[in-house]
Amino acid sequence: MSEISNQLESLSYKAQQIANEASQLASSVAETSGGHSDFIIFGITVLVLACFVGYYVVWSVTPALHSPLMGVTNAISSVIIVGALLAAGPVDSNISKYFGLIAVTLAAVNIFGGFVVTNRMLSMFKKKQ
Amino acid sequence: MSTLTTAAYLVSSVLFILSLRGLSHPSTARRGNFLGILGMTIAIVTTLSNPGVLSYKEIGIAFLIGGLIGTSIAVKIQMTALPQLVAAFHSLVGLAAVFVAASAYYNPSAFNIGTVGSIPMGSLIEMSIGTAIGAVTFTGSIIAFGKLQGFVSGNPLVFKGQHFINLLLGLGIIALIVKFCIDQNQELFWLIVFASFVIGVLLIVPIGGADMPVIVSMLNSYSGWAAAGIGFTLSNNLLIITGALVGSSGAILSYIMCKGMNRSFLNVLLGGFGGEQAASADGVKDDRQAKQGNAADAAFMMKNSKTIIIVPGYGMAVAQAQHALREMGDLLKAAGAEVRYAIHPVAGRMPGHMNVLLAEANVPYDEVLELDEINRDFSETDVAFVIGANDVTNPAAKTDKTSAIYGMPILDVENAGQVFFVKRGMASGYAGVQNELFFRDNTLMLFGDAKKVCEDIIKGLEN
Repeated sequence: MSEISNQLESLSYKAQQIANEASQLASSVAETSGGHSDFIIFGITVLVLACFVGYYVVWSVTPALHSPLMGVTNAISSVIIVGALLAAGPVDSNISKYFGLIAVTLAAVNIFGGFVVTNRMLSMFKKKQ
Repeated sequence: MSTLTTAAYLVSSVLFILSLRGLSHPSTARRGNFLGILGMTIAIVTTLSNPGVLSYKEIGIAFLIGGLIGTSIAVKIQMTALPQLVAAFHSLVGLAAVFVAASAYYNPSAFNIGTVGSIPMGSLIEMSIGTAIGAVTFTGSIIAFGKLQGFVSGNPLVFKGQHFINLLLGLGIIALIVKFCIDQNQELFWLIVFASFVIGVLLIVPIGGADMPVIVSMLNSYSGWAAAGIGFTLSNNLLIITGALVGSSGAILSYIMCKGMNRSFLNVLLGGFGGEQAASADGVKDDRQAKQGNAADAAFMMKNSKTIIIVPGYGMAVAQAQHALREMGDLLKAAGAEVRYAIHPVAGRMPGHMNVLLAEANVPYDEVLELDEINRDFSETDVAFVIGANDVTNPAAKTDKTSAIYGMPILDVENAGQVFFVKRGMASGYAGVQNELFFRDNTLMLFGDAKKVCEDIIKGLEN
């Protein structure tokens, strides 16, 4: 695991350099894509394992809390904000950045909305006095 | 990505898993939600510390605007309107996925995936699939929202050749994706988005209002897969893990809902089930007379019962009767009866909706039981009080093979000593099937608005 992440780290560092040096574009793209295809297999491994984790965790959720479950999953699916932040990150303004900022706003609505409404639901569940 | 960043994302992933795990019991659920918030905070802070993220001011403003909108909606929303809120939120995740993918397409270097015009093939495939799923989630959720909110008719909209058009569109999107991965053409990118928008609408319009629990869960699942798709584009495990969690959660919920209706997922997706069409097509005149009672009778009989099971359904939510119902339950408990609630898996318009509404009305959660926990107890129960539910109590589902709901798991209310059935009129339920229960000897119909009937019974109990 750490070996792969080390590899990834060095690869992404390379990619960063590449992006900055336009003169070396042609050769560098091939390198990035090579690194990326490694990630696909790694990513699929993670995806499949996470599906199993999800399967067992979700079946253990009590049916009474299925609505809050949807609230929480809705909020955490907005983790897509990670991508939105990277897109909105660069200083220079271009269409890509504006798309990123819109995505940040949309995801933020969801994060706050999802967690707040779930908290509201859960605070109502009380045991018999 | 530095090792520290990767480790922080891993912590976030684990916190998300634990936050879902917390929902296994109401006593640990709030801690679970808190862990989710913590995980999200770590994910956001970690990303902000990325050297490529510099425009803090703009991001801060965007985040604040979104946060304020989200919080104010979530604080104000009525619990009966939860399903449409969740549908609306799903649409935002879908749209955000489309924007992130578009952004990656126009500025790939921000994501370390090459440069404009020469994005590696793998990234293009992931990007276009993520976009398509996100776009379908967006428009699909908007239609689901409209149906639940009443902006769009809840009746299934069916037209000739519908499935054929969907199939063509689906194949068209695949062809566009293939072409896009070869050409990297921006028109093709937006064509994929547009075609996916259209198919999102077409997929949901033929589906009736009461099938929405399945659809809302399915869209929940899609929003997860969209996030996972973007995770591949970003080579980010956090997004993949979270997407898989959300995706499998939505899929399991849709499965549970389908099972609760004894329908296959495909049957629900093909649509056309329920609504007015079904009711009129199947509307064979029934000459039998149901026995009608009044609130005073019901109050008198329930006051003298020892065990009572209340069966709430969507009609209770529509009439906002949960508070009056709980008050009625409290009076009956004070009179010495044991009062419990039985929840059918598909009661309401989203999974677990009834449990939230009863909790809102201060019904303790240990008095609210699921179908398999309580179904055997009906035969030893004096009174079953059905309020706003219909098809889920129809004994014909167990015996009549020709019935549209044959095989659906049913709450065996007919086994109770006396059944009170609160209903506005004699109209059939969503499935368009007449409820056999109405004509049983031990059933008494209480016609009227659910809330009004409860209030009348409360008056009767107080006298």
